[in-house]
Amino acid sequence: MNIASRSSRLTTHRLDLGAGRVDLTHGAGGRAMRQLITEIFHSAFDNPILKRGDDHAAFAVAAGRMVMSTDSFVVSPLFFPGGDIGSLAVHGTVNDVAMSGARALYLSAGFIIEEGFPLADLQRIACSMGEAARSAGVMVVTGDTKVVERGKADGLFINTAGIGIVPPGIEISGDRARPGDAILISGSVGDHGVAIMAHRTGLEFETTIVSDSAALNTIVADMVAAVPSIRVLRDPTRGGLAATLNEICHQSGVGMRLDEAAIPIKPEVLGACELLGLDPLNVANEGKLVAIAPAEDATALLDVLRGHPLGRDAMVIGEVIPDPARFLRMATRIGGERIVDWLAGEQLPRIC
Amino acid sequence: MKTAMKHLDEYRDAETARRLSVSIHREASAARRYRLMEFCGGHTHAIFRYGIEDLLPANVEMVHGPGCPVCVLPTGRLDMAIRLAKRDGIILASYGDMLRVPGSKGQSLLKAKADGADVRMVYSTLDAVKLAEANPDRDVIFFAIGFETTTPPTALAIDAASKKKLQNFSVFCNHVLTPSAIAAILEAPAVRELDRVAIDGFLGPAHVSVVIGSQPYEFFAEEYHKPVAISGFEPIDVLQSILMLVRQLNEGRAEVENQYIRAVTRDGNLRAKQVVSRIFELRRDFEWRGLGHIPYSALRIKHEYASFDAERRFNEPYIPSEGVKSCECPAILRGAKKPTDCRLFGRACTPETPLGSCMVSSEGACAAYYTYGRMRERKQ
Repeated sequence: MNIASRSSRLTTHRLDLGAGRVDLTHGAGGRAMRQLITEIFHSAFDNPILKRGDDHAAFAVAAGRMVMSTDSFVVSPLFFPGGDIGSLAVHGTVNDVAMSGARALYLSAGFIIEEGFPLADLQRIACSMGEAARSAGVMVVTGDTKVVERGKADGLFINTAGIGIVPPGIEISGDRARPGDAILISGSVGDHGVAIMAHRTGLEFETTIVSDSAALNTIVADMVAAVPSIRVLRDPTRGGLAATLNEICHQSGVGMRLDEAAIPIKPEVLGACELLGLDPLNVANEGKLVAIAPAEDATALLDVLRGHPLGRDAMVIGEVIPDPARFLRMATRIGGERIVDWLAGEQLPRIC
Repeated sequence: MKTAMKHLDEYRDAETARRLSVSIHREASAARRYRLMEFCGGHTHAIFRYGIEDLLPANVEMVHGPGCPVCVLPTGRLDMAIRLAKRDGIILASYGDMLRVPGSKGQSLLKAKADGADVRMVYSTLDAVKLAEANPDRDVIFFAIGFETTTPPTALAIDAASKKKLQNFSVFCNHVLTPSAIAAILEAPAVRELDRVAIDGFLGPAHVSVVIGSQPYEFFAEEYHKPVAISGFEPIDVLQSILMLVRQLNEGRAEVENQYIRAVTRDGNLRAKQVVSRIFELRRDFEWRGLGHIPYSALRIKHEYASFDAERRFNEPYIPSEGVKSCECPAILRGAKKPTDCRLFGRACTPETPLGSCMVSSEGACAAYYTYGRMRERKQ
């Protein structure tokens, strides 16, 4: 059925996507809400499961292990160089599912919208989500919309949940790192956090850095197909590479030793971090992954990573070592050694 | 930005660092110890962040000094700021690193903010002036702390507010002076009598000398016969300065040497010094955390600018406070103890739950030691 013709039967006028704003009726469960959902969300996410219009999504499942993950997105600003809250909400959850080695299939999307939010912005964000989902090969199959009074939310918050299927023979988890394993990163670190900070009011400085926000499911599919022995995959989002590797050290009961000179960091990111007094290893990424695999498979894995557009700058950055204290150490560029710690205290707020 | 980073890379080059390390190992005499105090918290941070101690022989030891403005501010002064912030009609503007510092009775500016006080984090003094302009019905107080590097921006803010004839802007001034603190350390009984923290030489902070020049340190070389190397903050700068101090000590010299020739002159920045001396004057007495009362070691706002002086304007009394009893910050700030000598370190006191000031600021010795170096304890 044609969506536009159906919605025109429900309401006399189409949404004013030029100057219109979200008001409380758009969340009240009446015709206005129905119109918002069909004109903005159904057309952006267009797929047969969603189009059935039920309060749930029904789909057939294959045998094997399924993976589920959820994430909420409150990033400020909503639009930033390299992406927006919509694409981020798709990439973030697709990546969380993919870090199990799974093929992500379906997403849900919940929207909490502040009264007065421009309809044009909502449509732009929904389209960006739809586009991100299509290029990641996933479908947004169910959703929810709530409108809250002015001042009760900062424009728009999005929650997404995702479901995927793990191919047989793949066993990937944060507690599987073993001494001797190699640690790989798929590309430069700190791009997303710096792009957001550079764009934030009060902290604006000129930089050409754009967010690395991207769906990592295709690169993960290549990796698990070629090197099924991968033990750990994780995307270093909030807290950066430092937090991600510290988590894995604790989960697996091991230490790690990194080589500072091997960690790819763009000069612009390093420069901005100098200026802001930040350590790039604590800064968020949204399109990078860390992989831990047996040392003998490191070269093969590096080749797969570098053969994918999202892994061109991949590097082996260190190794897992036995350490009951579970310290993440790093050989510094000048030949010293230090700990790479979790970030203490306040991080710049709302980067994802 | 690219050229700037290329410039930085030079000062982080592995091969240059290795060559300097080899020279220090070769030239440091095995017959003696070299106890060098890096005065500034920025240096402490750099030493731990780059693992510089791993490049030094065991008998060249770095003693961490008190040059962390957040760390030396006595709890009583922070309490004053918290009480000011809680008054009606006040907006207290502060640099971000002051917000989490524990005052007495578990108070902090962050907790005062959660309780309803209007505390704003600013990135520059001029942002505080803008706040005053934007809120004409409120009194904006800028909580000014820091050594010579942060004093000129505070002076410029007062100057700007004065020119704009702002009635609702004032500064709670806590600016302190580097040379006075070094003199206090050299005079401290622990240093003179017990010989526990005998210090052989000083690494002086280059950014302070960009403002005040290298000349104020000549007194230490002359009077106390301690060599001083004015050092930049990159790892190569620090290693080069350590080598300079080792050489001076080997040759029995005690001079002020300038490693940071790319920006430091003997006289410093005259224009910055002028604006500071126009607005500030020496304070007769100021209490430092860890070092006690040091005469003429801090600045206050001159009488001509009294209306911009929050202390005169709001008459908030100074009530001295002791801080946490078993906290060793005072001894650590004098270089008399190491962070690991403190019973609280890494147990009750961590960067997430700081009890002492040295754990709060990333430039504090305890925070630097915990964040970057706590595996060393196990090595030894």
